[in-house]
Amino acid sequence: MYPPTFDYIRANSVEEAVQLLQQHGDDAKLIAGGHSLIPAMKLRLMAPAVLIDISRLALDTIMVDRGYGLRVGALATHDAIARNSDVRELTTALAEAASVVGDVQVRNRGTIGGNLAHADPASDLPAAVLALGGELHVTGPNGTRTIPADDFFLGLFTTALEPHELITSVGFPGIGFKHGRSAYVKFPHPASGYAVVGVAAYLETDGDTITAARVAANGAFDHATRLTAVEEALAGAPLSAEALSAAAEKAADGFGSEDFMADLFASADYRAHLLKVYTKRALLRAAGLA
Amino acid sequence: MTTTTRILGKAIRRREDPALVTGRGKYTDDLHLPNMAYAAILRSPYAHATIKSIDTSKAQTLDGVVAVFTGEDVAASGIPGVVPVGWLLPNLKTPAHPILAQGKVRHVGEAVAVVIANDRYTAHDALERIEVEYEPLPAVADPHKAVQPGAPAVHDEAPDNVAFDWEIGDKAATDAAFAEAAHVVSLDLRNNRLAPNAMETRGALADFDPIDGKLTLYMTSQNPHIHRLLMSLASLGLPEHKIRVVAPEVGGGFGSKIHHYPEEAIISWASMQLGRPVKWQATRSEAFMTDAHGRDHVTHAELAIDANGKVIGLRVETYANLGAYLSTFAPAVPTYLYGTLLSGEYEIPNIYAHVVGVFTHTTPVDAYRGAGRPEATFVVERLMALGARKIGMDPAEFRRRNFIPPDKFPYQTPVALQYDSGNYEGALRKALQLVEYETLRAEQAKAREQGRYIGIGFSCYIEACGLAPSAVVGSLGAQAGQWESAVVRVHPTGKVTVYSGSSAHGQGHKTTFAQIAAEILGVNYEDVEIVEGDTDTVQYGWGTYGSRSAAVGGSAIAVSAQKVVEKGKKIAAHLLEAAEDDIEFDAGAYFVKGAPDKSVTIQDVALQAYLAHNLPPGIEPALEATTFYDPANFVYPFGTHIAVVEVDADTGQVNLLRYVAVDDVGNVINPMIVEGQIHGGIAQGVGQALFENVVYDENANLLTGSLMDYALPKASQLPSYELDRTVTPCPHNPLGVKGVGEAGTIASTAAVVNAVMDALAPFGVEHIDPPLTAEKVWRAIQAAQGNGN
Repeated sequence: MYPPTFDYIRANSVEEAVQLLQQHGDDAKLIAGGHSLIPAMKLRLMAPAVLIDISRLALDTIMVDRGYGLRVGALATHDAIARNSDVRELTTALAEAASVVGDVQVRNRGTIGGNLAHADPASDLPAAVLALGGELHVTGPNGTRTIPADDFFLGLFTTALEPHELITSVGFPGIGFKHGRSAYVKFPHPASGYAVVGVAAYLETDGDTITAARVAANGAFDHATRLTAVEEALAGAPLSAEALSAAAEKAADGFGSEDFMADLFASADYRAHLLKVYTKRALLRAAGLA
Repeated sequence: MTTTTRILGKAIRRREDPALVTGRGKYTDDLHLPNMAYAAILRSPYAHATIKSIDTSKAQTLDGVVAVFTGEDVAASGIPGVVPVGWLLPNLKTPAHPILAQGKVRHVGEAVAVVIANDRYTAHDALERIEVEYEPLPAVADPHKAVQPGAPAVHDEAPDNVAFDWEIGDKAATDAAFAEAAHVVSLDLRNNRLAPNAMETRGALADFDPIDGKLTLYMTSQNPHIHRLLMSLASLGLPEHKIRVVAPEVGGGFGSKIHHYPEEAIISWASMQLGRPVKWQATRSEAFMTDAHGRDHVTHAELAIDANGKVIGLRVETYANLGAYLSTFAPAVPTYLYGTLLSGEYEIPNIYAHVVGVFTHTTPVDAYRGAGRPEATFVVERLMALGARKIGMDPAEFRRRNFIPPDKFPYQTPVALQYDSGNYEGALRKALQLVEYETLRAEQAKAREQGRYIGIGFSCYIEACGLAPSAVVGSLGAQAGQWESAVVRVHPTGKVTVYSGSSAHGQGHKTTFAQIAAEILGVNYEDVEIVEGDTDTVQYGWGTYGSRSAAVGGSAIAVSAQKVVEKGKKIAAHLLEAAEDDIEFDAGAYFVKGAPDKSVTIQDVALQAYLAHNLPPGIEPALEATTFYDPANFVYPFGTHIAVVEVDADTGQVNLLRYVAVDDVGNVINPMIVEGQIHGGIAQGVGQALFENVVYDENANLLTGSLMDYALPKASQLPSYELDRTVTPCPHNPLGVKGVGEAGTIASTAAVVNAVMDALAPFGVEHIDPPLTAEKVWRAIQAAQGNGN
């Protein structure tokens, strides 16, 4: 519980943060809420020589941009996201995911940007961001760029973020323009509270017909992943418990046993089973049929 | 005790809490002494290895490092340097347990070297600079595997890894009962290993004064005098009067702070080497690796039932994991605190238990809340549940028929204990009413039709606690007495200080002990101060564990207070110019029978006792009394707990819906504190049933070394408990109290597991070893449905 020595620098702007990242290279880590990094440092699993504090940057705004959709600042805390009325209405799955991250203390300090950049496979937010068709706005030495969530999560604690880039906001383009609804449900690990399996589901409907669906899971795989077989089964299907349940049965389709995470609490086979159960529950909840 | 009380039995708020909840509690780690250094301990990453070499030179040269010591330095200093065992059994193997490893390590986390530095960060930095060359050796973690031929031996002194082979009961008679039984049920179970996880980890602050040769040691102790004794005799070799052990505020123990560990000896020895104070506080990771674990039995158990549904025999074979070394009271836990409890609440004529205590390459195992009694209750109550199912009888009725009836007390069990009192059916009846049993069974049946799986589980438990008559425990192998001391000192102004040999670590003695003294002395509760936990101020004490503080420590206070009242009566009679026989005492005033206006208060008497200007002949000045109270017997709390669960058959997830507990802990000093103890106890037993499990891999590596992997029960996972009591006062102590610290834990694991098995009865599932985690339950359902894999 006693981390090794490190230097601490507070960045006063996004540009300065990028410049500091370039200056200190691999020895540096950004710190915002610190709820993934600090525990790892205390256990001496990570030992960055320099911490660049970005927590004071004005990146915590959550706003509806009528020409775009919803923007959530990278420094918005889980608690702020979970309580925000626009988030709850437009991106319900994100609000529900944020509301079950860690505990009260973690939700008060932890940020969406830090959470997504860390890319813990069992974290709650990535599935919601995937299911809601989110994208990440990042700034680096070459200016800004946008990374679709679908291209962002690459593997265990691995993302498409370049070494000297930082996330400034998470956007949900077009959200609210169509008749969409979403939900997130998870089976929490009884010790850590992380998702053994967590599923986010987003449904667009026209009357009683599902016109489009996006479904993604945390916890089951080494990174948050879309469940495309489920999505395909849902497209054009009626909005009924039977159709949703039948689609959920396909949750593990296309994945082999080796694709699933396994630990002391839950084997790969059991996770594959839970994935179906929780996909069904997420779909029913999103559809208001739970 | 009078039937109307002023403060005894009242639910007054704990006087401990304002400081604790405002962060003003002074725990060991809150103490700072001038020139204090900090220790960090290098621990073995291997379960079993030879230490080829240790190079500390790079650590020694780090700026801010004061010293680095290894086992060689301890040996060279000439101190005994071993941690002793405090309970002996016939033919017990007692291999040495060095405070710092000597050439070999035998469990992950064993102390190999210690760094002393000017601050904690430097101390931990220096640990990474110590180079140890290990030669890893084969290791074994499972107690049953450890006794198989060819298993790697933990100690040369015990090549078969057997520390002891113990039995109790009449084997031949029990075998005969099984031969003629109409029904036999049998059960193979693993009583899961638990990590104690007190909220405050262990710590020590040692301050050795080289001028007068005296060591002052502040530490997380449940029994400072035991720690002083063992450190003097075995680990440090300092004379007992040159050691002062102080337990400041202690944040929970659950047994884990009874034991004498290497660390307090290492820290004390380091302070002696350096002549400056040294502090160490365990990290949570160290706690998982080194705090003595609990339970870990591999057991085969059988129950014999006759054609009338009467239990006629119970037979148990247990392999008890003791870990790599014998912890302080480890030999007692799976023997005299386990085998003797196998009669439960039942009239079972024939019982036989065989227990093999086994060394493995794991953290030592010792007393953990309940200590042997939860393991026994689990065996008995699981067998009773299976027995009822086997003969097709309602589980409550099956238990009722087999209870020891109230008119058979004192009841001699076939396994040594003599139960002094009990009314088991009374508690069962009350619990059934509280849970609305018949309605609940109807709801259960209806839910099953809807594909919902609700289960109802019973645990009708007995425990022997209030440890204990010294001569009895001595005859069983204890190297300790089990009486308790109390000094009740009334000051000249009539205010009172009580010195108790108990040592609270969350129990609220400052409240309940003050209630006892205030009641008997007739003084205001606010006028009583309780002092504990310091070997320099308390004459002697055996400490707080085994649910003994109220029954033994509290009784000592009651007797001392009564002695003070009696001495005061002589002085009052003298002052009132009346015969002593004519003096009555009530609510703090002495008065002459028939002339209530002729009176003096105990405060008046105290002042006169100190001034000593006018004392009766033969009466010494001052007003205080000392008692060394040795109880006549154990105390025997009992009760019925009922758990109601629902199993999500899709996932195997268990939800605890309701928990009803009717406990009989005798007279109650403070009902709020009693309920608090029951609440916490139930939570810990539920933890064993559903969540907690220490897991080692094949090479005895600890896989559950943090709270990210080891699941403790959380408030959100527990229902609001429904509690009630029956009161059968203890017949042999002055307060009529029993013990309550462990009752909830002893009862609840079996109640919850029985409830889950009841829920799974439609699938034909008979047993799953705890913890009943979701995947295990789901797999059991799958297997029962023929989908097994």
